[in-house]
Amino acid sequence: MAVCIAVIAKENYPLYIRSVPTQNELKFHYTVHTSLDVVEEKISAVGKSLGDQRELYLGLLYPTEDYKMFRKLHNSFTDVMCNPFHNPGDTIQSKAFDGIVSGMMVQTG
Amino acid sequence: MAGSQWELPPELCCRPMAFVALTGLDVVYNAVHRAIWDAFCANRRADRVPISFKVLPGDHEYPKCRTKRTSYEWYIPKGILKTGWMNKHLNLVPALVVLFYELDWDDPQWKEKQSECATKVEIVRTSLQGRNTKVAVVLIQKKTPLPPGEDLVASERASSLCNACDLSGKSLFVLPHTDHLVGYIIRLENAFYEHAQTYYYTEIRRVKSHKEFLNKTTHQLLFVRHQFKIAFFSELKQDTQNALKYYRTAYSLVHELRAHETNMLEIKTMAGFINYKICRLCFQHNTPLDAIAQFRKHIDLCKKKIGSAELAFEHAAWMSKQFQSFGELFDEAIKLGLTAIQTQNPGFYYQQAACYSQERKQLAQQLCQAGASYPSPDPLDTQSGGLDFYGQRPWRQGHQSIDPPDAEKEKTGILALQIKERDVPHSELIIALLSNAVAQFKKYKCPRMKSHLMVQMGEEYYHAKDYTKALKLLDYVMCDYRTERWWGLLTAILTTALRCAYLMASVKDYIIYCMELLGRASTLKEEQKGRIEKNLLKVLMNEVPDAEPECDPSSVSAARSLWNDRVALSGSNEFTIEVQDYIPFIQCKAKFFSPSFHVDQPIQLQVFLRADCPHPVTLNKLAVSLSNQEYNQWCVVESSGQESMSLIPGKTKCYNFSFVAKTEDVGKKIEMTGIEVMLGSDRGRCVFLSWRGAGGDAASNHEALQASRSSRRWGRGMETRPELDWDNLIMQHSTMIISRVPKISVQLSHQPPALNNEMYCISLTVQSQEEGVAKEVKLTAGLKPGQDANLGQTTHVTLDGSKVCDDTAPALLPDVPLGDLKPGEKLERCVYVRCVSTGPRVFLFHVAYSIDTTVEGRQIVCKCHKDETATIETVVPFEVSVKFVSTKFEPLDRVAVDIPFLLMTDILSSSPWPLVLASSSLQLLTMTSNTPQLQSQLQEVVLQTGECASECFCLRCPPLTSSNNTVATGQYLISWRRKPSSADSPLIQTTVTLPHVILESVPLYIHADLPSFGRVRESLPVRYHIENRTALVQEVEMAVEPSDAFMFSGLKQVRLRILPGSEQQMLYNYYPLMAGYQTLPQLNISLPRCPTTNTHTLRRFLPQRIFVKPQGRQLDDASIAAA
Repeated sequence: MAVCIAVIAKENYPLYIRSVPTQNELKFHYTVHTSLDVVEEKISAVGKSLGDQRELYLGLLYPTEDYKMFRKLHNSFTDVMCNPFHNPGDTIQSKAFDGIVSGMMVQTG
Repeated sequence: MAGSQWELPPELCCRPMAFVALTGLDVVYNAVHRAIWDAFCANRRADRVPISFKVLPGDHEYPKCRTKRTSYEWYIPKGILKTGWMNKHLNLVPALVVLFYELDWDDPQWKEKQSECATKVEIVRTSLQGRNTKVAVVLIQKKTPLPPGEDLVASERASSLCNACDLSGKSLFVLPHTDHLVGYIIRLENAFYEHAQTYYYTEIRRVKSHKEFLNKTTHQLLFVRHQFKIAFFSELKQDTQNALKYYRTAYSLVHELRAHETNMLEIKTMAGFINYKICRLCFQHNTPLDAIAQFRKHIDLCKKKIGSAELAFEHAAWMSKQFQSFGELFDEAIKLGLTAIQTQNPGFYYQQAACYSQERKQLAQQLCQAGASYPSPDPLDTQSGGLDFYGQRPWRQGHQSIDPPDAEKEKTGILALQIKERDVPHSELIIALLSNAVAQFKKYKCPRMKSHLMVQMGEEYYHAKDYTKALKLLDYVMCDYRTERWWGLLTAILTTALRCAYLMASVKDYIIYCMELLGRASTLKEEQKGRIEKNLLKVLMNEVPDAEPECDPSSVSAARSLWNDRVALSGSNEFTIEVQDYIPFIQCKAKFFSPSFHVDQPIQLQVFLRADCPHPVTLNKLAVSLSNQEYNQWCVVESSGQESMSLIPGKTKCYNFSFVAKTEDVGKKIEMTGIEVMLGSDRGRCVFLSWRGAGGDAASNHEALQASRSSRRWGRGMETRPELDWDNLIMQHSTMIISRVPKISVQLSHQPPALNNEMYCISLTVQSQEEGVAKEVKLTAGLKPGQDANLGQTTHVTLDGSKVCDDTAPALLPDVPLGDLKPGEKLERCVYVRCVSTGPRVFLFHVAYSIDTTVEGRQIVCKCHKDETATIETVVPFEVSVKFVSTKFEPLDRVAVDIPFLLMTDILSSSPWPLVLASSSLQLLTMTSNTPQLQSQLQEVVLQTGECASECFCLRCPPLTSSNNTVATGQYLISWRRKPSSADSPLIQTTVTLPHVILESVPLYIHADLPSFGRVRESLPVRYHIENRTALVQEVEMAVEPSDAFMFSGLKQVRLRILPGSEQQMLYNYYPLMAGYQTLPQLNISLPRCPTTNTHTLRRFLPQRIFVKPQGRQLDDASIAAA
């Protein structure tokens, strides 16, 4: 299961980031941040080739990930964005989203 | 050196090449030998065979060969691989020994020399006792050899030499010392290479043959050793495919060894060596994915093999070295042409290596407690100074059983290693690896990874107490995290940076980091912020701040004394900090009330401040600097004794400033160039936070964007939210000073369109609504600048409407003084415009004046102006058309010389206004008037729109001397004016150039004198004048054709002669018979001498018809009576 889940704005700043509390939180933040290098490269490659842009999953960034997990998170994220009181670009503060993320994280203790 | 313990031995890392020893060469004193040796060594490019040559003396002692083991039954190996083995086969035991000997086939002392050579060969053989090393002989000869088979002496002596030396024919070579030395050498070394290959092949066979004697229980180590040796010999043989195969077998065998704490290091060392070889060969074979796969497997297999827990740092060191050397191999392969990608590049391996080095450091800190003294005797000392086998412990070499032989020795050995580890410069190693990784990630476009590693480097410098370098690195990357808005990471970096600044007692840095850690981007908890704020206040009071948590206690005390020194230091207590690029805890935004101010209004600006720190903060001064520094004095506020300026956290404080602009600044922009907030005081330390422009910081742009997004969505404008919303505050950093609003009216009245060339009158009315006297009213009138350049040439403006202005009048009249204007007073002026060409024009009327006003109690003289423009179309007043007709009103295409004709002019008015034509006249050039006095027929005629006025002039063209048959007629002048204008307005003269006419001369001219009408049955005398205009006598035949309408008397048919230039008259009496328009009897004329002139051409001069009135009736009585 996931140890850290982050939603990043298109300007590359975190909209939401949460990690397993027992471990080094900072390290996860760094990992997420550095994997943006690859994201940026992949996104620019998509723009260049004009390939199937409906494919939202970018694939392996470098630690292992799960496609299904992405779907679930993305659906929840869509819900947050559909909230008429949410201003896109603001950080996410949603109980429902928190709940989904908690379900995906490692159950510790 | 302890650090280099983990370095891979150079003999492992080099490319193995066949070793060939050259003997019998005196490279020091013999020039020929030196040349031969140089040819072997120099220029060893890739196309030469891979051999490493060495010159050895003829009696060199080669390593002794141990006696061959006949049975392995009782043999228990002491280790996997001897430390000297690789070097031995690379550098000590040659595959081939070549003996160089100077001997020509025809040497006079052949016998003696042959036996000497044989002796030398024998010496070499003896020292190679037991080895399979080949021996070859090269004869250095002065003469060029003959082709094989031709020199019988040579072949005979060669075979005898072979016999004497016990050599095969293939091992005897001849090296003629002639011109083509390099060519011979290359052939020689190729032959040597073959011998070497054979040697290594037999070596491989020899090692393989041991296998059958081995058993799996006691000789496990030998399986690995033998596979390794076979692989190594294969490499020497340049058979890399097989080498890879044997290394792979060796690798799997090494993991089959029984591993326990005592031999773990040896196994890992050997596994590392073999892995290195495999990866190296994979890269060499251009199969990088195989290399990566092997390396991953290697790491997976080994990472849990920690070995002794007390020496866990050794494992980390070893792991680090594994990653590092793989990174180096990868990097080297890239230099040779391999392409790497963003997600698979050497950087990751260096990074991982650095990670393990960090782990090593931590483990070392945990395990290597200070205090213990280094044991004596040194357990790490060996008799030979080195180890016999790779990866063994010096205090128990060769020991292969599970338990150490001596627990006490083991303990001191471990202690010695731990103490040695303490002295390892871990940070240095980590930083070097990190900087390698940084270089790689930079290359493969991973800016964030690069930043992350730089943070790690900075942290490592911090641990190594090199705070200056740490700060430099952290400062460099902070900006990236700030712009990317990763506040959590930024806060972490700032925290480290703050510690560095504290430990260095770098006041300015300390303040900067505190400032940002207190700011809104910091993710620190309130209590932390409170602590930092307290420290910041202390620094502002010039006191020593409390130590940062998690600092090394010894460093803290050093720092404290540094701070004390700083505090004691007088002066240099003022700092200016450019905060724009940070996210400081005091936010500042400023704006002018409006993007423009009239000069008679006070300029207002507001500065908003807001503190994000947990406790209120006091400032002592706020100053705004403006682009015109003279205004700065009005934009300062300082805390006076009682009332201090303090900011309550979370509350926005607003400071208002206003000042009166200088009149010279009208039309100029005033910009805020900076804002300064002073914290602290002169008594302690002054810190000026300085913003450029109108404030804002590294995060405010994004916040404003978000705020605007949300307000756009919700329509929450500033109006609906009266309370100050910080994010929605929009900075306005500049304002324009514009002139005072004029209080006068300017009105224009005129009657468009303007007529071409006329003095078009525009009347201007200026009325003052000012409360004071408008002084120095000035008018600028005329063509508005910036239009088509030609308009300037064709437009003339004047104030004098009494006469038509000439072309020297300007297109724009500047600054016409109009005097002063009292309140309510009205002023009128007429401006006359003459447009020489048609089309639209924009005219500008600019009325400027100055007036005294008072702004906020200050007297100022304001300059005001009012502009009025008018677009005026210019049209042609009338069209003039001209035609030439004959006296019979027939159109003429050419005019006969000296014969009267008519000029007719039509003036068609196209003006919307009525026109008065004052007069018209002709200015004739060649022509003369046929009438004595030319009089205008149009005097004072008024033309309405679309009306036409015509004139008719009878002209005659006198005979011309010149041959030119086209002549200018002259000009037609029309004087006119617009009807509504007053009688004294000037007349405009329009000149129309009349068209040219084509002249023709007629040889014979005929014209008739006849009354204007006839009467039935009354005589009608007609006299024909016939003129001969040629220089010849003309014979004329004339006949009158009979007509029904007339009877006539006179010569019916006549033939006469007319002298040159003279005229003949013919008189006829016509007697009309019928009333009405009647055709006159036709006159037939022919000129036999001038056939071109006939009746037809002459008839145009003659009248065709005449009106005949009916016979007058006498008013007699009868008729009266009848009536």
